[in-house]
Parts: sequence; structure tokens; C-alpha cells
Amino acid sequence: MGSQSIESGNTETAIFQVMTSAAKPGKLPDGLSEEDIKRMYEGMVMVRAYDERQKNLQRSGRIGFCVTSTGEEAVQIGTAHALQANDWVYPYYRQYGVLMYRGVPMDVLANHLYGNEDDLAKGRQMPAHYTHKDTHFVSFSSVIGTHLIHAVGTAMAAKYRKEPCVVVTYIGDGGTSSSDFHSSLTFAGVYKPPVVLFIVNNQYAISLPVSKQCGADTLYTKGLGYGVPSIRVDGNDVIAVYQASREAYARARAGEGPTLIELYTYRAGPHSSSDDPTRYRGAEGEQWLDTEKDPLVRARLYMQKLGIWDEAYEEQVWEEARTRINLATSEAEKIEEPDWGTLFDDVYAEMPPALARQRDELLEKEQGFEREHEGEFPL
Amino acid sequence: MAQMTLLQAINDALKTEMRRDDRVLVFGEDVGVNEGVFRATEGLYNEFGEERVFSTPLTETGIVGAAIGMAVYGLKPVPEIQFSDFIYPAFDQIVSELAKFRYRSGGEYTCPVVIRTPYGGGIRGGLYHSQSPEAYFTHTPGLKVVIPSTPEDAKGLLASAIRGDDPVIFMEPKKIYRAFKGEVPQGDFTVPIGPARVVQEGTDLSIFCYGAMVEPCKLAAQKAAEKEGWSCEIIDLRTLYPVDEEAILDSVRKTGRAMIVYEAPKTCGYGAEIAALIAERAIEYLEAPVKRIGGFDTPFPYTLEKIYVPDAIRVFLGIKEVLEYE
Repeated sequence: MGSQSIESGNTETAIFQVMTSAAKPGKLPDGLSEEDIKRMYEGMVMVRAYDERQKNLQRSGRIGFCVTSTGEEAVQIGTAHALQANDWVYPYYRQYGVLMYRGVPMDVLANHLYGNEDDLAKGRQMPAHYTHKDTHFVSFSSVIGTHLIHAVGTAMAAKYRKEPCVVVTYIGDGGTSSSDFHSSLTFAGVYKPPVVLFIVNNQYAISLPVSKQCGADTLYTKGLGYGVPSIRVDGNDVIAVYQASREAYARARAGEGPTLIELYTYRAGPHSSSDDPTRYRGAEGEQWLDTEKDPLVRARLYMQKLGIWDEAYEEQVWEEARTRINLATSEAEKIEEPDWGTLFDDVYAEMPPALARQRDELLEKEQGFEREHEGEFPL
Repeated sequence: MAQMTLLQAINDALKTEMRRDDRVLVFGEDVGVNEGVFRATEGLYNEFGEERVFSTPLTETGIVGAAIGMAVYGLKPVPEIQFSDFIYPAFDQIVSELAKFRYRSGGEYTCPVVIRTPYGGGIRGGLYHSQSPEAYFTHTPGLKVVIPSTPEDAKGLLASAIRGDDPVIFMEPKKIYRAFKGEVPQGDFTVPIGPARVVQEGTDLSIFCYGAMVEPCKLAAQKAAEKEGWSCEIIDLRTLYPVDEEAILDSVRKTGRAMIVYEAPKTCGYGAEIAALIAERAIEYLEAPVKRIGGFDTPFPYTLEKIYVPDAIRVFLGIKEVLEYE
């Protein structure tokens, strides 16, 4: 895809794809080696294997909550593959694949699932709210849309500092209704910082279908009203996602400003472990998996055509993924919960005296009393 | 030293801090070429240029949200919210994001944004140019809330806020932006966030106040001394969170009587917290009930502003009530 496509936008409901069922790759797609494609595929398998593990841990009561991203692996891996080391990521809860793909050790993710004392968030957030400063993966809240404008602010700061980097951020289809979707595009359009905003249109905001989220047929067109070049890409086509991302990042790096990319995909699983999607869409999600729409199947078929996929490879990739993940989660399970006193840390740079008083009362009175009278006060 | 109004002192703090640290950026509605609707940013655009001083689109959530992103990157943004009555669109950003960034990331990320915002009555601004929303922010862990009442403190506290590592809601009493001048040290100058200021010592009653309420408290205390011979201690809290608890308790232990004066609606206003603190930790010293003097529990009125905002008469009557309690 040439830079012309982003500049002008595709104002119809057209969608950028590479791995169509009719595609007959005679040569490698632009910018990708065989190794790249295999690495992206392996990254997607990691995400799906991690989801498999998360679900099991949650169902068996070993972790309290989980968020999976089954169906959205290409969104994460395609956008991540085009990132460079000094780039910033403002995710929401369904982009942990980006974190994994940037080489973060699995125990960082596993410790967060357990909220144990080695969790970088110190057990303060529900699972799925990862933070990792070393890779510029920024902590986020559960409030939808608020982080988008942070990404724009960070990009404005990088531009002010003349430090070349790209800031990427993600929002679901539901999040495009939030007030900060509007504020972030307003600022992005005016200041033209190096930010790329991805709308992960997985067609559902918990139970609400995208048709009831927005009166327009597509979401990327929202960007055009703010003067932000915007396109729509098949979010289940990891190569298309990569190529569109790479081009948008290149524009950002070249000082050409922001891009909005709608990645049309599908949330095959529930919103979270607390959601039962059969209440609002029957068995649709289950039926979607393992069809040709599934980004893993798409990639596999394409790789077969390239001659870089076979059953033995598939087995080996899954085996390695499961081994890494299971090792990390079993280790995380052994780690203690954070000390009570840590509850009071990191509210301020220095703990105010009144807060220190609350901490001391808890540790000196309540904790001691609870130990002495274990089990006497079940409520 | 120079004679300055509170507004000039704020401007001086911004200039001084911007000169010493190129990470400091100032932005908000009309703060660039127009130099702010109150002219708090006068001269900044000319001195520091569009890169560091700029007028933003009209979205308060965008202003605060962008500031958060800049702070996460390592800058020291000092956004202005034109009137604190317009801070509510940014409330989500302040409460959900700004205040919690450090905590929720286990200390990985910090967010030292200083939000400047004029608050309170004094300009005949009616419902939406007069509010005092400080209690919303003192109720939010992770924020510091600072309100100066003198030009010297305005400069020193704002400089400390900008140099610090925590988010600060810096509320400026617009009623006294230009009401009087005071001595302000030139160049580098800070006043620490936290300690209260003893405006005047006294033995019969402790009056706790901040911002634009300090002046009517001073006048009322003077009248109480002249007319009745009562000796009021006036404490300007300056920092509402983290508040100087020991200064409050020490004063009450000395005088045995306490009054809190603030402009916001009385119920669940900031004075309630001070009254509760005294009840929890110094009740045995009290010789009279704690008195709260606040705005009424109504929206802020336009024509009748003069009777809504506590003035020296209401404070004087409050002093009388507490001192005559038997």
C-alpha cells in the first residue's frame, strides 16, 4: 500500500487486505521475510495459548478474573511487529500480545495475573491491567477511552523534545463513543504529533453490537472530520495490519502526523471472564473460531502457500508456547501476596503524615489483632 | 523583593520556573497570544514561544489528558483550566487518571501535572464562574491541593508544585487576584507544600481559612479584638491536602475553640474534614462546638453573590457565637 492510500483515506467501506482466500503469494509480501512471517505467527499462537491458560486458571479459581483476546491476535501482533524499541504503547486490556511480542518475560504477565508481590502493579489492579515501563507499555485504567489523549500528549512531548518515536494507542469500537476519543482526535488533528490510533473494531462492546454503537457503517471515517488521515484494514489479516501500521508509523516518524486505523476484527470470546456472550449473540463466537476468518487460520493457510508451515512446525510452536506460559504461571502462583504496608506506597512521591498514620494503625493494631484472633471474625 | 499582586506573583512563578526548566510547558484555553482571560500568562508566549506556551482547543478533558501524557513522557506540564467551574469535563482525567497513575503502575509511572485554575467568587460570575470545588479533589488520594492567599505564597507554592513529583490542583482565589500587593522575593523562590501559615497568633479562638477567605477573617478578628477584646488566631491552611494537621491541633489545644471558613457549600465542604479532625484528636480541649462558616447549600447566585460568600460580618457573628457559648 502506497502512502497515497493513507493520505487520501478510503472513503468507501473498502478494506485493506493482503491474505485473501484468493491470494496466491508467488513472492513474499513487501517488507517481510519468511522469518518475519513465522515470528508473527508464533506471536499469535503465544497470545492464544496464553488465553487458553488464563481461562483455565480463572475457571479453576486460581486467578480472580481474566480478559482474553481470542480472535484479535493479528491486531496485536501486526501492529507490534512494526514497532521500534523507543516507541510507546498506550494499550487497553486486550493488547497484552503487544507486550509479549516486545520480548517482555512471561513472568511479568503471570505475576500480574496473580497480583502477587512481584507484580509490577503490586497487586493493585485487576488482572489485564498490565504496566511495563522498560518497554514504554503504559499503565491504564478501566475507564474507556481516557488513555487515548495520554498517547497524544506523549506524542506531543516527544515532538517538543525532537526525539523520534511513535506513540501507538488502541481503543475498541465502544470506546469511539467516549469523550476522550473526541478530545484525542481533536488534539491529534491540531498538533499533528507522531501518534497512531487504532480502533480495534471487534464488533462488540460487551453486549452492544457496533451497529448500535454508531450510526455510521464504518468507524475510521470519524477521524476524517478531525483532519486525521484514516483508513480501514482487515484486522484479522496480520500482514495487512503490519503493512498499514508500518506505513502509519513511517509517516509519524517523518513528521507527517497522526493516523487513525480501524482494524476490523472479531471478539470470539467473552468480554471478560465475567461475561456470558451467549446471552446476546448465541453461539456465534464459538462458530467463528477456526474458520477462515480466524487470524491464525488465515495466517496458516497463507504460510502453507508460501511453503513455510507444516503440522510438525505447528505442533512445535504450540508446545513451546504452552511450556513457557505454564512455567511462568506455576512460578507466579508460588509467590506471596504483597505486604499490607505496600497498600500505602506510591500514592505520593513521599507519604503524607496522615497516610502514614493510617498505615501504622493498620499494621500495629489491626494486623496484630487479626493474627491473634484468626478466624473469630469471619466477616 | 518586589511589590506584586497575587496574579503577578503567579505570572512571575511561571516565568521563573520556565526559565530554569525547559520541561515546563503552559497551555490551556486562550493562554497563548491572548495571555489568559485573567492575564496570568502575560508575556509567556512572547518569551517562550508557541512550542512551550499555547492556546488549546476547547476541551478540558483534552487539556488535562494531554498534560498527563506529557508528564508520563517526562515533561512538567502546567495546564490552565480557565475557571474551576469548567474543570468537571476533566474530572474523569483528574480522578481516574492523574491521581492514580503512580499508584496503579506500582510507582513505574509518575504524573507531575500542575493544574492551575481560578476559583471562588468575587467577579460576579454567577453559577458557572464562581464555584469552589476543592473538596472534590481533597477527597481524591493521589492529588495535592494548594490554595495561596498572598502574593508571596502564590509564587512560592506554585514553584514548589512545579518542581515536585506529584500532581497538584493549584487553585487561585480570583477575588484577590488584584486586590492588594505584597512583597515577593525575586528569582528562585519556593514555599513548601504542606505547612500552614500563622496569619496572626491569638488565644481565644482558632480560625482556619484559605484563599480569599483569609482577608475577611482578618477584618472580623480585628473587629472582635476592638469591640470585645477577643484574641483570634488565624491559620491560613495554604495546602488542603496534605493538610498541616499538627498546626491545626496545636492551635486548637491552645485556644480551645475552632472555626473554619470557606466559600464552598457548607455540607461536606472542606471545613467538615477539619471539624472531624479536631473531633477525633482534640475534642477534650474544646470549650465550644466547632463552627463551620461556608457558602450556602445552593448553587452560587449571580445577583445575591454578596450574601452567599462569607464576609467579615458573617465571620464576626460566628466568632461572637463561639466566644459567647456557655
